[in-house]
Amino acid sequence: MSESHTDAFVAFDRVQKSYDGASLVVKDLNLNIAKGEFLTMLGPSGSGKTTCLMMLAGFETATNGEIRLDGVNINMVPPHKRGIGMVFQNYALFPHMTVGENLSFPLEVRGMTKSTREEKVARALDMVQMGAFINRRPAQLSGGQQQRIALARALVFDPKLVLMDEPLGALDKQLREHMQFEIKHLHESLGITVVYVTHDQGEALTMSDRIAVFNDGRIQQLAPPADLYERPDNSFVAGFIGENNKLPGTIEALSDGKALVRLATGELIDATPVNVTQKGQKTLVSIRPERVEFKPEMMPAGAHMIAAEVLEVIYMGDILRARLRVAGSDDFVMKMRNTLGQTRLSQGDQLKVGWHPQDARALDPL
Amino acid sequence: MADSSAPAGGLLTTSDGRSLKSALASAQKRAKRRAFLLVLPLLAFIVITFIVPIGQLMHQAIYNDGFSANMPRVTAWFAETPPGTPPDETAWEALALDLKDAAAARTVGVVGTRVNYEMSGTRSLFTSTARAASRFEPPYREALLEEDAKWDDPVLWGTMRQVSDAYSANFFLAALDMTRDVNGKIVPMPEDRQIYVSLFLKTFLLAGLITFTCFVLGFPIAHLLATLPMRWSNLLMILVLLPFWTSLLVRTTSWMVLLQQQGVVNNSLVSLGLISEDGRIQMIYNQAGTIIAMTHILLPFMILPLYSVMRPIPPSYVRAARSLGATSWTAFRRVYLPQTLPGVGAGSLLVFILAVGYYITPALVGGASGQLISNLIAFHMQSSLNWSLASALAALLLGAVLVLYWLYDRLVGIDNLKLG
Repeated sequence: MSESHTDAFVAFDRVQKSYDGASLVVKDLNLNIAKGEFLTMLGPSGSGKTTCLMMLAGFETATNGEIRLDGVNINMVPPHKRGIGMVFQNYALFPHMTVGENLSFPLEVRGMTKSTREEKVARALDMVQMGAFINRRPAQLSGGQQQRIALARALVFDPKLVLMDEPLGALDKQLREHMQFEIKHLHESLGITVVYVTHDQGEALTMSDRIAVFNDGRIQQLAPPADLYERPDNSFVAGFIGENNKLPGTIEALSDGKALVRLATGELIDATPVNVTQKGQKTLVSIRPERVEFKPEMMPAGAHMIAAEVLEVIYMGDILRARLRVAGSDDFVMKMRNTLGQTRLSQGDQLKVGWHPQDARALDPL
Repeated sequence: MADSSAPAGGLLTTSDGRSLKSALASAQKRAKRRAFLLVLPLLAFIVITFIVPIGQLMHQAIYNDGFSANMPRVTAWFAETPPGTPPDETAWEALALDLKDAAAARTVGVVGTRVNYEMSGTRSLFTSTARAASRFEPPYREALLEEDAKWDDPVLWGTMRQVSDAYSANFFLAALDMTRDVNGKIVPMPEDRQIYVSLFLKTFLLAGLITFTCFVLGFPIAHLLATLPMRWSNLLMILVLLPFWTSLLVRTTSWMVLLQQQGVVNNSLVSLGLISEDGRIQMIYNQAGTIIAMTHILLPFMILPLYSVMRPIPPSYVRAARSLGATSWTAFRRVYLPQTLPGVGAGSLLVFILAVGYYITPALVGGASGQLISNLIAFHMQSSLNWSLASALAALLLGAVLVLYWLYDRLVGIDNLKLG
């Protein structure tokens, strides 16, 4: 699914966008989305992800480059002729129409007969389990219900492509997680292509086939969730997705896919080189807190361990989170599962920590 | 805890046994009294300057004691006898003595004017007879008829009977181009004296037209204001509000400068060769002048409510409609326009009500054909001094506006009104 350049359903080809003619909001975007794929554009606000979505929907024009839908250049096609369903951040349900009228609207403008409309509206409402609400006004619905209606409206005219612009941003955590599951389920059962924009990395990781991490108008990394989390390409992606510990240092030795890094305080640690190429280079080593080990028996032979002091232990229920002083820095975090046999650390404990070399990634210095 | 607040005989009580309702009332009494004291000055101001004068005006429209207060004996005789009774010697005596007293008190003019409203040409009869009233001796009928034979006219006696009642609907009848005949039956005025109904209609028609032009001109401006970035919309808003900071007279006079026959617009058209020197267009001192100047003056009252409704409509509604397959026209008609209706209603109602009662602009630029009902009300207040008729016309205008307001409430719903 990830390598489908030849039969790309949606293609951004060297797309650039500028609003003021002085700076680029989107710099050289190349992205191919396969049919049936769930692709998430993830990034901080101002990273250009929403602009890309708006260009695809037709509300913004690309300053340069080409956007293709099903092989056809759609740069000059007005939004209403693109046939793309869209779910907006604030739902954008028409407040003066009932739920039924809202859903019927896209069918009416397509000139469908009354009986066809009623049938399709009923089916779309059933799909989101909102059949009983057909005569309500949007203002009489809760946020989650409005979200379902917005979803049903974007799907009712059977679009091949559905765009979602932070659709769950306004919901509370529990409802959001439930809706994530429902959207994912709908995507799978309908076989539609979804382009989803969010700034919530958890949401991106749970739902997507692939995630495009945006920053500064560029895609920083385009990969399936597991790759993105476990093998970030650069410091931005490593920092943006999930929590991670960052240790700055210099490359001491490089050999067959392994690197030895000397920290500023003199200790040596193991890492996997990602975008470092030669000895003596500055680097930032990134390690996920849950991959840090403190029991020597769990470490591979010959792996380096360094001294640490427990500064704080926070009980979080399913996990225990320890803040350690490692190599002169006070914010090194280690997460431990709260299992029956787990060693309970307490403040002031002295220990040694280490990790498997493939879990520590030597990235570009920030 | 549970039993202290449990319903005892259907009423909730507090823990010390008082009824919950009275406890709540006494707890809130102080705050309520303070709140009332805060609004008291405004309440007094409104009552004194607004409600009382309007009430007096309404009263004036149905009450005129010009005759009854100054002719007490005749009024008493009319009250004692049934309508249609021919005047007997008691009546003639009452009339003669009343006229004598009225002459002495210099109120006979008021009496004559009051009768004259209903029957023209009678004011001089009263004043001239009153001058001779001190010489009258019984039998009074002969004495009066000798002074002026018109006193024998049964129509005059019928009219006097009508006006002897200080409370009268006659001013409202006059305001609706109707009158009473000798028998007190309501009949239309003679054709050549019917002016008010057609003027009411013209006023409403012109106000409607002005409202419509304000809507057509104001809608795009309001939309522009609502969609421009704040920096530019603020600048534009100042331009919209600029007329508010300029004197009404200055604005109206500048329209005169622009539109008169030797004015800027006509001169430009002539020098461009679009019209000939003799074909200068009459754009002011007629209905056109009233419409142009009033549209300009009332435009902000349309733009502001529209703007306040349009500003919070997020662009995503129209975008959603477009993404769902609607052309930009359909998206506007089906999605954007319906959401602006509260503003359209508020702006239209505001402009219409202001236009219906507008006085100064039609008076200045309306000429003969551009006069509205308010100008005639002013005429009766200031020139003819028939305050009762002026009040009746004003009350009808107020009533018509209230009816419109009620209709609006029934059709659109007053809670759909958004003024800002």
